[in-house]
Amino acid sequence: MVSVCFYFQVHQPFRLRKYSLFDIGNDQHYFDMTKNIEVMDKVAKKCYLPMNQLLLDLIQKHKGRFKVSFSVTGTALEQLEQFSPKALESFQALADTGCVEFLSETYHHSLSSLYSKEEFQDQVALHRKRIKTLFHQTPRVFRNTELVYNNELGRLAEDMGYDAILAEGADHVLGWRSPNFLYRPKGCSRIKLLLKNYRLSDDIAFRFSNKGWGEWPLTVPKYASWINAVNGNGQVMDLFMDYETFGEHQWADTGIFRFMQDLPKELLKHPDNDFKTVSEAAAAYEPVAELDIPHPVSWADLERDLSAWTGNKIQQAAIRQLYDLEPEVKRTKNQQLIELWRKLTTSDHFYYMCTKWFADGDVHKYFNPYDNPYDGFITFLNVLNDLILRVKEKQGEKPSGAGNLIFPTEIQTSIIEQHRT
Amino acid sequence: MKVLMLGWEFPPYQSGGLGTACYGLTKGLAQEGVDVTFVMPHVDGDVDADFVHLIGTKGKKVRLRGIRSALRPYITAEGYTNELHHIEIFKKPGAKQVYGRNLYEEVHNFTRAARKIAEEEPHDVIHAHDWMTYKAAIEAREISGKPFVAHIHATEFDRTGGNNPNPYISHVEYEGLQAADLIIANSEYTKSNIIRHYSVDPKKVKVVYFGIDPDVPQYSMNFRSPLNQRDKIVLFLGRVTLQKGPDYFIEAAANVLNYKKNVRFIIAGSGDMLPRVINRAAELGIADRVTFTGFLEGEEVHKAFQMADVYVMPSVSEPYGLVALEAMKNKTPIIISKQSGVSEVLHHALKVDFWDIDEMTNKIVSVLNYQELFEELKDRGGEEIERFTLDGPARQTIDVYNEAIARYDKEAR
Repeated sequence: MVSVCFYFQVHQPFRLRKYSLFDIGNDQHYFDMTKNIEVMDKVAKKCYLPMNQLLLDLIQKHKGRFKVSFSVTGTALEQLEQFSPKALESFQALADTGCVEFLSETYHHSLSSLYSKEEFQDQVALHRKRIKTLFHQTPRVFRNTELVYNNELGRLAEDMGYDAILAEGADHVLGWRSPNFLYRPKGCSRIKLLLKNYRLSDDIAFRFSNKGWGEWPLTVPKYASWINAVNGNGQVMDLFMDYETFGEHQWADTGIFRFMQDLPKELLKHPDNDFKTVSEAAAAYEPVAELDIPHPVSWADLERDLSAWTGNKIQQAAIRQLYDLEPEVKRTKNQQLIELWRKLTTSDHFYYMCTKWFADGDVHKYFNPYDNPYDGFITFLNVLNDLILRVKEKQGEKPSGAGNLIFPTEIQTSIIEQHRT
Repeated sequence: MKVLMLGWEFPPYQSGGLGTACYGLTKGLAQEGVDVTFVMPHVDGDVDADFVHLIGTKGKKVRLRGIRSALRPYITAEGYTNELHHIEIFKKPGAKQVYGRNLYEEVHNFTRAARKIAEEEPHDVIHAHDWMTYKAAIEAREISGKPFVAHIHATEFDRTGGNNPNPYISHVEYEGLQAADLIIANSEYTKSNIIRHYSVDPKKVKVVYFGIDPDVPQYSMNFRSPLNQRDKIVLFLGRVTLQKGPDYFIEAAANVLNYKKNVRFIIAGSGDMLPRVINRAAELGIADRVTFTGFLEGEEVHKAFQMADVYVMPSVSEPYGLVALEAMKNKTPIIISKQSGVSEVLHHALKVDFWDIDEMTNKIVSVLNYQELFEELKDRGGEEIERFTLDGPARQTIDVYNEAIARYDKEAR
C-alpha cells in the first residue's frame, strides 16, 4: 500500500516598503501595500484560483478518493481576505469537501520556535483560531515554518497535543533510512513524524520544466511508475511543496496543470495506491523507528539547514535585535504595536538578507522586493528602529542611551524632537 | 603571440585608473605567454625612451616604448595648452620644438610616431586603448596589415557627463570604433553606450571585466589613523570632476551630519571641480568635517581606503570603476553608483543612483551605525574580490585577439 500525501504550502509575507533613515520617527507605514496587492493579484490569478478549481474538480470527479492537505499562513490569509476574497472563498470551498485538511503553523510564518517558546505558542494559537474561523477545522497536524524541525520541536508539538508533525526527509538525517515510512521523534511517545520525499517532490516543484534534466519531459505514466515502485518498500509518499509551484514557479505553459489533472487517475489505476490527508496517514500507519534529529533541518536550499535565514551576521543581528524587543513590546499591551512587531517576525524578511547567493540565488530572488540582501537589512533595521521608538513612547520613557535602541543617543533625540514638532 | 599595444599611461607614469587597468592587463597577458610592446606618450627626457619591464612570474617581458609627447589621459583641448606651457618653462633654450601647438596636432604627431613603430615592431595584433590612440592604430593597421582591436574604457560622453562632448574627440572615437576589427568594452554599460552613441555593430563588441593585481603588499597594511579614534570616516577618492559626482558626495555629507555627529568626510583627488566643491562645503557649514587631501599616489591610496569606514563612488557615469575593486580589496565597504560598470558584477556592495542623495545618505548612515552591516560587507566583499584576478580577463582578451585575427584573415581572403 502506498498512500500519497500531497501537502501544499501557501504563504505570502507582508513585504516592507523602502523605509529610509528619514522615515524613522516620522512614518508608521511599514508595508509596501502596492507591491503586496500586486503579488497577491498575480498569484491568485496564476495559481490559487485555477489550481483550487482543478483540485475541486478532481475531488468531485474521484468521489472522495482524491485528497490533499494545505497549510496557509495567517499573513497569507489576511492578504487573501483583503486583496483576493474570491481566492479565499475557493480555499473555503475546498475545505467544505471534507477531502482537504488544513494544518497548523505559526500565524506569522516565523522562526519563533528557535527564539521564543512563548511567542511561538502565541502565534500557533492565533493561527489555530483563524483556521477554525475560516475553514471550520481544528488542525491535528503541525508543520513549522519552512519545515524547520528538530527533536525539541517534536516534543513541543506532542505536548501541544498534535498527532503528527512534518519535516524534510533530508539525506543527512535519514542516512540509509527511507522517507516513505512514519517515524517517531526522539523522546516522544505518541506523536508521529512524516517526512518529505524530496526527490519526488522536487521533480514536480523544481525540475518539472527543466529541459536540462535527464527525465524531461516528465509524463504522468513515468511519474506514476516511480510512485508505484514504492509499493512493497514503503507506506507513504509525502509530496510536500509550495503551492505557487502550480502556475507560478512552473508556468501554465509548461503543462503543470495538465500533469496534475491526469496524475490522480493514473495513480488510482494501481489497486494498492490511495490518497490520504496527513492526519489520515498518521492514523493509518505506525512509526517504524525512532528518529534522532538534534540539529534543526529545513526544506530550504541545498543545505537543508537554517543558513538561509541565520547564515550571516546581518541576519543574526536583525533577528537578535527583533527578539530582544519582545518583552518590551509585549509590556505595552498595545495590540497594534505587538502586531507590527509580529509581522516583522515573518521569516521572509531574513531570507531576503541571505548572502550565500552565487550557488542558489535564483530561488532567493523569487518575489524578493530587494535588489540585494544589504538593502533588505537596511530597510528592516530602519523599520525596527522606528518600532523601538514607538515602544519607548508608549512606555512614556524619555529616550536615553541606556535603552536597547540601536541608534546612538544623539540620533534618537534628534528624531524624537523632529517627530514632536 | 605578439601584441602592439597603444596606450596613454603606464605605472609609474600615470594619473588614473587607465594606467592601472593597462598594467593589470599587460601583466595578465605576460603571464599567459603573450609578448607585449606598450607604446605611450612620454614627456621625461629629451629623446624617445625605451624601457624593458620585467613582469609576472614567468619572466615575460613587457617592452615599453615612450613617444615624446605632452599627451595626457583625461586631457581636454584647453588642458593640453596649459600642459604645454608648463613644459615650455623647463625647456632648455635653443631646444628643438617637439610638441604640437595644440592637442589635435599632438595626436597627429603621436599617430605619425606610431606608424614608425608599427614598421619596426613585429606583431600579430594591434590593441589600442581609448580615443587618443585610435588614429595611430588605424595607421598601424594600414602599415602592418594586422587586425586592430579597439579597447574602450570611457567615452567622451562619460568624461563630460553628457554636457558638451568635444566634437573632435567624439569623431575620433566614432572613426576608431568603426574601423576596429573587434572592440573590447570594459562593461555592458560601456557596450550599450557605444552602441547608442556610435551605432557600433553589437556583434563586434566583447565585454571583458577587469580584475586587479593581487600581488600588492599594501593591501594588508591594516592602516589606521588617529582620526579613526574620534570619527567615522567616509571617503571619496577619484578625480574631482563632473564625471565622478563629487558634488553629490558633498550634499550627502551635509545630510549625514544632520543625523550623525563625529563623521569625517575625506575627498581624495584633484580636478577642475575642486574649488566648487570646497566652496559648497563652506556654504553648507560643514567645512570643518571635510578634509581635502589632493591627489594621492601609491601607498597613500591604500592608507586612505584602509582608514575609511566606507568608500563612496557617486559617479555620474562610470564605464567600469576599477577603484571600487581596489577599495574592496583594501577591505573597505563600498557604496557605488548604479550608473557604473562594476555595479553589474559586484554583489557585496551597496548601490545607489548617483542623483539620489537621500538614499546615499540612508546607506552611508546605515553602514556607520549598523556594525554587522559594515562587517558583512567588508568580509563578503573581501571574499568576492578574490574572483577578480588578472588571468581571467587576460585569457578572454587572447580569445578576442584570436577571433580578430581569424576575422581579418577571412576578410583578406
